[in-house]
Formats: sequence, C-alpha cells, structure tokens
Amino acid sequence: MDKMDSRTQYMDFYQKAGEMISARSCSVMNEVREAALAVFSEAGFPSRKVEEYRYTDVSADFAPDYGISLLPLQGGNLPQYCHRISESPAEVSAYYNRIADTSDPVAALNTMLAVDTLVIHVPAGTRVEHPIQVSNVLKGEHDTMVNRRLLIVMGNGAEADVIVTDKAVDQRRFLSNQVVEVIAGEGAHLSLYEVEETHLLCTRYSSVFIRQERDSVVRHTGITLFNGHTRNRLVAVLAGEGSEAMLGGCVIADKSQHVDNNTLIDHRVPCCQSHELYKYVLDDTSVGAFAGKVLVREGAQKTVSTETNANLCATGTARMYSQPMLEIYADDVKCSHGSTVGQMDEAALFYMRQRGIDEAEARLLLKSAFITEVIDSIPLAPLRDRLSILVDRRLRGELSKCEGCSLCR
Amino acid sequence: MEMKNSFIREVADRKYEYGFETDVHTEVLDKGLSEDVVRLISEKKGEPGWLLEFRLKAYRYWLTQKAPTWGHLDIPEIDYQDISYYADPTAKGKSGQGDKEIDPELLKTFDKLGIPLEERMALAGTAVDAVMDSVSVKTTFREKLQEKGIIFCSISEAVKAHPDLVREYLGTVVPYKDNFYAALNSAVFSDGSFVYIPKGVRCPMELSTYFRINARGTGQFERTLIVCDDDAYVSYLEGCTAPMRDDNQLHAAIVEIVVKENAEVKYSTVQNWYPGDAQGRGGVLNLVTKRGHLRGRGSRLSWTQVETGSAITWKYPSCILSGEGSQAEFYSVAVTNNFQQADTGTKMIHIGKNTKSTIISKGISAGRSQNAYRGLVKVASTADGARNYSSCDSLLLGSHCGAHTFPYMDVRNDTAIVEHEATTSKISEDQLLYCNQRGIDTEEAVSLIVNGYAKEVINKLPMEFAVEAQKLLGVTLEGAVG
Repeated sequence: MDKMDSRTQYMDFYQKAGEMISARSCSVMNEVREAALAVFSEAGFPSRKVEEYRYTDVSADFAPDYGISLLPLQGGNLPQYCHRISESPAEVSAYYNRIADTSDPVAALNTMLAVDTLVIHVPAGTRVEHPIQVSNVLKGEHDTMVNRRLLIVMGNGAEADVIVTDKAVDQRRFLSNQVVEVIAGEGAHLSLYEVEETHLLCTRYSSVFIRQERDSVVRHTGITLFNGHTRNRLVAVLAGEGSEAMLGGCVIADKSQHVDNNTLIDHRVPCCQSHELYKYVLDDTSVGAFAGKVLVREGAQKTVSTETNANLCATGTARMYSQPMLEIYADDVKCSHGSTVGQMDEAALFYMRQRGIDEAEARLLLKSAFITEVIDSIPLAPLRDRLSILVDRRLRGELSKCEGCSLCR
Repeated sequence: MEMKNSFIREVADRKYEYGFETDVHTEVLDKGLSEDVVRLISEKKGEPGWLLEFRLKAYRYWLTQKAPTWGHLDIPEIDYQDISYYADPTAKGKSGQGDKEIDPELLKTFDKLGIPLEERMALAGTAVDAVMDSVSVKTTFREKLQEKGIIFCSISEAVKAHPDLVREYLGTVVPYKDNFYAALNSAVFSDGSFVYIPKGVRCPMELSTYFRINARGTGQFERTLIVCDDDAYVSYLEGCTAPMRDDNQLHAAIVEIVVKENAEVKYSTVQNWYPGDAQGRGGVLNLVTKRGHLRGRGSRLSWTQVETGSAITWKYPSCILSGEGSQAEFYSVAVTNNFQQADTGTKMIHIGKNTKSTIISKGISAGRSQNAYRGLVKVASTADGARNYSSCDSLLLGSHCGAHTFPYMDVRNDTAIVEHEATTSKISEDQLLYCNQRGIDTEEAVSLIVNGYAKEVINKLPMEFAVEAQKLLGVTLEGAVG
C-alpha cells in the first residue's frame, strides 16, 4: 500500500470519528487537534528519504487496516500524583503538546486521535518514595491501534521513578503510537524506564520529548525485550544550565524483529552533560538501527557529551545500521561518540568450552554479559534484578509468550 | 571593528599566494550548456563516436536530475547556463606560431606555482601533468616512463593513443548515473590525467597532476583515470590552485581508480583552491566524485587528502573492496576558516572476504566555517571477516564555527568487525600556556599544535607534499586566533 493510501485511511477515520473523539476527550486535548490534523494531512507518513526515518518504513507499519481504539484510561483508582488530564490542575495540563515536536507527523497523528492522557504530576520539592508503574496492556479480539499519551510534569526539586511497561495479551496485530512529554523543573530528578515485552505482531511507535530546566537530571532507559516492529524517537532538550541527560537502552532481537532507536539531544545552554549508551544483540534475520544526534548550539560552551553504541550480530542474516552524529557549533566542548558492530569473542568462547561449558551456554553467557552493562546502570535495585532475570530468560528463548500476570487476566 | 576586519582581510588575501592571474590568450567557449556544446567539446578534442555517445547519454541523464541537498552545506544557486564549459589557454591567437611550442607565459605561471615544466629543472623523481582550465599544457618525463610501459598523459591524448584502454575502464568505477555532478562531469569533462601501470611494474617516480583554473567565468571538469594492473605500484599526487575572484568558480571532477590483483595505488591530494575572502566572497566550489575499485585479490588503495582550500568542498573519496583480502585507507585533514564549508569523508564498501579498511579523519574549523565529516562503512553479506576502523576527530578554534560528524554504518555480516570513534574538542589552554611560557606566541603555538594534531595524516603524504601541507595548515589558520 503506498504512502497516500496509509495516510488517507487515517484522514478518513478522523473525518468520520472526529466528533466522537472530541466528545470523549477534554478541551485541552481538543484545542490542538485541528493543528495536528493540518500537519499530518500536509506531511503524511515520512518516507525513508527523510533522514530521521531512513531505517524504518513508517507507511508500511501504518498501512494495515486496524480498528482504532477510542477507550479512555483504564484501571480504576489512579495512585497519588497520577491524574487523567481532565482532572489535573490547569497549570499542569497547559503543558500538553507544548514539549512535543508538533511538526512530526507521527506525533501529530497521535495528537489527532488520542482521547485521554495520563498526567503524572510531582509537585515541587516532593520526593516520590515508590516507583510509579504504568502498564500498557494490549488486549482485544481485533487488530487494534491505540494512541497513548503520557505527560510527566516534575516540579522544581521533585524526584520520581516511573516505569512504563508494554505487554500484549492477545495474539492479534497491535499498533501503539505513543507520545510522552516530560518537563523537568529546576533541580528535578526523573528516571523513566520503558520496558517492551510484546510479540511479533506488535508495532510500537514511541515519541518521547523531554525538556530539562536548570540542574535537572533525567534518566531514560528503553528496553526492548520482545516486539515486532519498534521505532522509538527521543528528543531531549537541555534548556537550563547544569542539566544532565542520561539515555540508555538495550535491544534483544531475533526472528524478524525490527528495532529502530532515534535520539536527539539538543544542548541549548552552557554547562550541560549528556551520556548515551545503547546496546543491541541481533539474531536470525532481525534488523537493528540506532541513530543518535548530539546538537551543541552556538554558545553552549562547556558541554560534555558521550555517546556509545555497541552491537552484536549473532548471525549472518541479522543487520545493523549505526549512525552516531555530532553537530557542534561551540568550541569549548568535549564531545565524543563511539560505535562498534562485531561478534562474539572466539577466544572467550574457547576458554569457556575448555572449562566444560557447552557452546550454547557459553554464547548465552557472552550475550548476557554484553547486555548487562545497560541493565547494571539502572540505579533502581528491584527493577535491575527483575530485568536481569528477564534478560536471561529472553536470551534462553523463554519469553516469547505472556504468562499472564494479575493485570492481564 | 572595521579596521580589524580589513586587517584580517589583508592577511587572508596576502596569504593566498597563488591568487594571481595569467595573461594568456585563451579560447573560451560561449557560456551555456546544451547538446551542441557537448558535441562541440567532443569535436574540439577530436573524439571518437563512442565517447561522444557517452557524453550525450550523460548529458541527457543530467537533465533529469536535481542537485543533491543532503550535505551540511549552503551551496549558492549555480546557474549552469552562466558557465563556460571549455577554455583552452594553449590555443594560438590568429598570429599562431608552431603547434608544439608552449606559450612562455604558461611556463612562467607553472614556474611561479613551483611546478617547473622543464625536465632538467624539475624535481627528480616526480613526473608532472600540468592542466590549466580545460587543457593539459604539458606532461613531463613521458619518454622515460614509456620505457617501462607506463602510460602517463592527459586523458584527451589517451583517448586518441590508447582508445581501447580508455574505453575498457572509463565510467566503470563512477558511472555517469552516479550522481548529479558525476553526470555533469561525464557530459562535459575536459582534461585530467590518464595513468596505466602495466603488470608487475613499480612506477619509478611519483606521478603528479597540477590543476590550475585561470580563465574567468569557466568551470573546470577534470577527469582522471588510473589503472594499476596486477602486481604494479604507483604513487599519484594532485595539487590545485586558482586566482582570487569575487565570484564562485565551479570545479566538478571525477577520479576513477582501478586496482588489480596485488597492485597498490597511493593517491594524495593537497587541495588549495581559492577559499574566498574573509567575508565569504568568491572561492571555488569543489564538488568532486572520487572512487577506487579494488578489483583484485590483495589489492591496496590509500587516499590521503589535505583540504585547505575551496569555498565549498563536497568530496567523498571512496573505495569498493571487492577483491578478496583487499585493503583500503583514507587519511584526511580538512581545515576550514572564515566562511568556508566542507562536507567531506569517505565510503568504504566491503564486498570481498577478509577486506580491511581504515579511516582517519581530522577536521579543524575556525572563523565562521562549517566542517563536517560524512562517511559510510557498508559491509555486504559476502564480506566475511571484514574489518573497519574509523576515527574522526574535530578541533574547534573559535566559538562561531561548527564541527560535525555524520558516520553511517551498515553491517550485514556477522563475522565483520566495525568500529567508529569520534571526538570534538578545542585546543587545550594548558598546551597554549605552556608554549606561551616558552616564548612562542599564540598564533605560532596554534599552528604547532594543529600540525601535531594532523601529523598522523600528514605523515602519510610523500615528502615534498608533507612540507607543503604543513606550511598550508599554518597559513590557512593565520588570523584565526586571538
């Protein structure tokens, strides 16, 4: 199906269901719908000729005929600090669609179709003791598209950990298109973890936009354990001096999985730091892509930025694209990036086999050790332990189906 | 402020010492490009029908193409109808004397550029093909090279004297459909060099081509073809300069290199086209396609470039490694100052088994210039055991310039190892202070540190070029600090 057709399908749906969407939603979200429609109808889905989308065929991912879910947030009473956007204070909901890149057609499609937004608002000076977990559960008897929206507003000096998990219960085709907006006030600390554990029929488009004020620290870790097609875009704007962004991610892919991580860190002011670490293990005919751009604007002196992308291709048919980029307009900076694509160390394999570890187990150990660097950098101990177990099970091929936690059933 | 600018301009102007013009009778084709112009160029050069056909195909293809815009460059609109596509400074005036004699003005020009065309005066060990505008003026040491079976002449002569060789290889490494500028060059190319090194021959001297743009309002469309047969070796140097002018001049070249079994080619460039003045007026637009094809087992190719000139550089000397065990290297120093823009790098395409490539790139930006490294490392599924190492460093002098790195890695083989690393930083205050303390002024200290930084690449140049390149680095950056 060509680009025109994929676009038309969503435009037609909006024509028919626009009123219903507005009726189910609230004014903050409805106000920006028409502008998003204009962006989407003008641009359509980006082709692979657009630099930011060169590794993923967006049009093809959005082509199947999905039923579009217009359900509001599910899950009974929301815990402290979490609200539906319609119930959150006006000064908080005012951030809606202010952080996001409104010119991006995929994000615009979300803005057009989303009916509800989960707002996590941590007031100034508040430290949230326990991590907040958001579970996205894909469930349905038909092929379904969902448009999720999350807005995280961290007041000055607020601290919180947020875990977002993706699960799919039914063996249906699911397409989720999510937009996450984060505003980190002065001196705020936020750790945002995203764990995707779905199945081969699932397609995920995620656009995360972060804006950081002075001395804020934001950590984002994206873990793709199991999926079909995944495209994660992350834009972090360092708008206040002394802010720090730490982005990390790991991907374990096999069969026909496709994972594309695309990041942009925008250093707008002096004395900020950014660090990125992304690791991929690719098996079978999976495709991995990483494109990370660090932009240091004129005047953003004393910037320190590091970026590492390491990849392991375990078969001859897996494919990796790696593209770490630096665009620098200031002279007093220290920026570096490194990228590798390689395979397992034969000497290490031989060493283990000499000691009675069979080849399959030895390979598994090496893969696990390779990925561990990302997992180990997670400061939240229970999550780190849980992920270590999940990674190990994933590498053993035991994680391809959902076992059904209390949430799903 | 005004005074400071005029001082800098004076320094910049003074330092481009090749900016003079030669007053020589030059036959220039009327401006504009059409099928007739292509036919006329071909006719002037007395070319066979197949080559005219090649040019026309390229021209027709070019008409269907648009100029690429993906570079991190702000290329001014080029009016292709406002350029003359052929300028011949060797054409005799109406009073024309003998055919063989070269106008003494031309000889003087090349003398002034440090390229003596008298063999007795020439540096021993370097044969030179001197090209001004669209025509090769002279090629030295041809007879001596011929004794070994080496062919070194301008491509126009080669078309006449060795048509089969040219026909066999022309356009096989860079097809005319390769890109917009390659199509343009294939349609209107004028002179460049042709080199053929026969089997088992080690070329006894450095071969060198010197390109000079002289005539106003013309473009230079150089075309160079180097074929190195089995077990042969050649080291080839390329140099270039142009007069200072307020308008941009276009240089759209193609260089094709074929390397056969166990052969080795070293290609070194010191690019010193006029970079424009301190306000960004004028300068050469250097839009170049260079590519080598390592066809044979165990073949080797190394590109070494020192890019200091040109208002705009768009250049990616590339290697296709199809021969098993072939090795390619790319060493580059690109310096930009004032309003210069460079988007340069390489492509390493690994096809054969156990192929290896190394990329070392050093970018230095000063003034208000933009300097980008753009490179692709592609490992095909057939390239078992392929290995690549890339390292790109950028140095920033001044807070208004930009240094960018855009590496692309595309790996489709599980036995390949590809590594890339890049750093961007400025000259350390400690190093400067250390030099200052010892009585070395800041400008000289910067030149010293930059030369040290670029040494890894400059060391790869043949000796005469290395000295030249070191001087150039210092001169290009003069006035950039403080």
